[in-house]
Amino acid sequence: MASGLVTLFRTTAVRLSALYLLLFAACAAFLVFYVTSMAEGLLEQQTRAVVATEVAEIRQVYASSGMNGLLTTLERRARQPGANLYIIASPTGELLAGNVLALQPGVLDGEGWTRSPFGYQRFEDEGSSERHIARAEVFILPNGLRVLVGRDLGEPENLRSLVRQALVVALGIMGIGALAIWYLIGRNALKRMDRMSDASQRIMDGDLTQRLPVGGSGDEFDRLSVSLNAMLERIEKLNEGLRQVSDNIAHDLKTPLTRLRNKAEAALARSAKTAESREALSEIIAESDQLIRTFNALLMISQVEAGSVVAEMGPVDLTGVVADCVELYEPAAEEAGLAVSSDIAAGVTVTGNRELIGQALGNLLDNAIKYAEGVPDARINVSLVGGRDNAVVSVSDNGPGVPAESRDEVLKRFVRLDRSRSKPGTGLGLSLVDAVMEVHHGRLELGPTVVGSEERGLTASMRFPIAVAGKA
Amino acid sequence: MKILIVEDDLDAAAYLCKAFREAGIVSDHASDGDSGLFLATENAYDVLVVDRMLPRRDGLSLISELRAKGIHTPALILSALGQVDDRVTGLRAGGDDYLPKPYAFSELLARVEVLGRRKGTPEQDMTYRVGDLELDRLAHVVRRAGKEILLQPREFRLLEYLMKNAGQVVTRTMLLENVWDYHFDPQTNVIDVHVSRLRSKIEKDFDQPLLRTVRGAGYMIKDEVSA
Repeated sequence: MASGLVTLFRTTAVRLSALYLLLFAACAAFLVFYVTSMAEGLLEQQTRAVVATEVAEIRQVYASSGMNGLLTTLERRARQPGANLYIIASPTGELLAGNVLALQPGVLDGEGWTRSPFGYQRFEDEGSSERHIARAEVFILPNGLRVLVGRDLGEPENLRSLVRQALVVALGIMGIGALAIWYLIGRNALKRMDRMSDASQRIMDGDLTQRLPVGGSGDEFDRLSVSLNAMLERIEKLNEGLRQVSDNIAHDLKTPLTRLRNKAEAALARSAKTAESREALSEIIAESDQLIRTFNALLMISQVEAGSVVAEMGPVDLTGVVADCVELYEPAAEEAGLAVSSDIAAGVTVTGNRELIGQALGNLLDNAIKYAEGVPDARINVSLVGGRDNAVVSVSDNGPGVPAESRDEVLKRFVRLDRSRSKPGTGLGLSLVDAVMEVHHGRLELGPTVVGSEERGLTASMRFPIAVAGKA
Repeated sequence: MKILIVEDDLDAAAYLCKAFREAGIVSDHASDGDSGLFLATENAYDVLVVDRMLPRRDGLSLISELRAKGIHTPALILSALGQVDDRVTGLRAGGDDYLPKPYAFSELLARVEVLGRRKGTPEQDMTYRVGDLELDRLAHVVRRAGKEILLQPREFRLLEYLMKNAGQVVTRTMLLENVWDYHFDPQTNVIDVHVSRLRSKIEKDFDQPLLRTVRGAGYMIKDEVSA
């Protein structure tokens, strides 16, 4: 799950969505702050205007009715519900009258509109710690008394917290929405990419007939798939053409080669007088046989790969085939100085073609004999293990083995490792085994021979699936 | 021995006729399926060599038609070039042997000779004899000059096949097919090693060699003295 999320975050779709989410969130925040600050400015202007009007009225009252009139007016105004702040204070700052219990110190020092909001306590707040915030205008009467007319900032404060809440909610919804959209888009894209990389994997595994999935929506994924498919089509055709050419060459050369061999044979039987010419003719025959053998192997691989032998599949007594092959190759192996041991499970049957399995096992045994020959204490072990799902035939030798990095390479046609070039062979043996295993829905596995903790030589294993009844 | 070659490639047929003649075998030639069927019905041949792909009537239908008429002349089928090695179909249609093209002539000759001689070799012979070598098929006992030779089961079958075709060349492929019942290419000299082991067992204590290697072709067991 965690690794799934990590993969999800690696997709382009999700990265782009994350970037967009950040951009939108920043925009939204900027917008909200801009709107609030504008609204605050507007409210402050309004407050100032209201306060300025009152200040003008109060100055008017003082001018016309003196101190008494002023007090009466303030008293009356201060009693109204939701009233503004009114204070009359002595020149030293003592509160003489008004509707304020206490005031942040220093507010009454200056004259005019207070520079910043200040804190105060109302009469009804007495005993509690509740504080309010206000802004006000202070002016000094001709008799030296200071008058403050102010307005509570509770409303703008409320507005601000409301906006802040709205912002949090909006950002939250945006975040959740973006997450959901990422997940859907990202997952969808991810799934399609997964299907594409699965298909490419199969193609790389050698199945050139595979094509990338095309959804039909004509989006960029589809366009990519379509052009990649066109490319594959071409590669497949070229590949097919190449194989066709090599098959044709094999075909066309087999007949004249056989004719050549027949002529050499006739000459050997009839007219070869000297030992020298007999020797030469025998060599010609042997060389032609090797060439014909190479062509036959090549054509057989093609036929096996083309699946033309699949029709001749049936139940094969694998135990019998392995025992036969061991028996067939054992004298040749002993002649080459190899000790042969075998460990063959009884009664193992697979679905397949007896000749092909025999040929494949023969090739493995032939290889083992060729490469282990001359190694001190050379030995070959052949084993057949029958499991529930698999039957595995292994041929192990203690020859030079195949380095891990070359194990895929040696399955290719005509590939021979440098040190094996001196040995006779076509370079097709393992390719044929590989093709045979493909037809049997099995696998050819190459690995080192493990004896105790030591690894040396090569173990080639043919892994056959066992068709379980009802499992097809 | 007289054989019929049914082959539509005239060059190949001419070559075959000449090569068989040199080997002492008389051959007739038919170039399509129908005339092949006619000749094979009218004349008594020892062996038929039939190409699979023929004009008018293909090789398999020719042979099954003959068999339906009760004619059991041994038939060797030549598979067309580039065809899948469908030995099974060929043999099921009534063919007695099968050889894919192109083939070494020595291989074809050896097989034709074995097929042609088959009529004369009674299958029910319980004992094969070559010189002083004796193989009892029922008791699974091999004796030479009255002295029993112990053989592995496969060596016994190898010797049995060689003695059944005594005096004739058998190729390595024929041995693999008839003694081991496999048709694949064993790549190396596996058969040779089996034969040389058998040879050392039956010739070790005796002066007279019996099992010969025929260069470029195969093996033959033969009593050189009485022959």
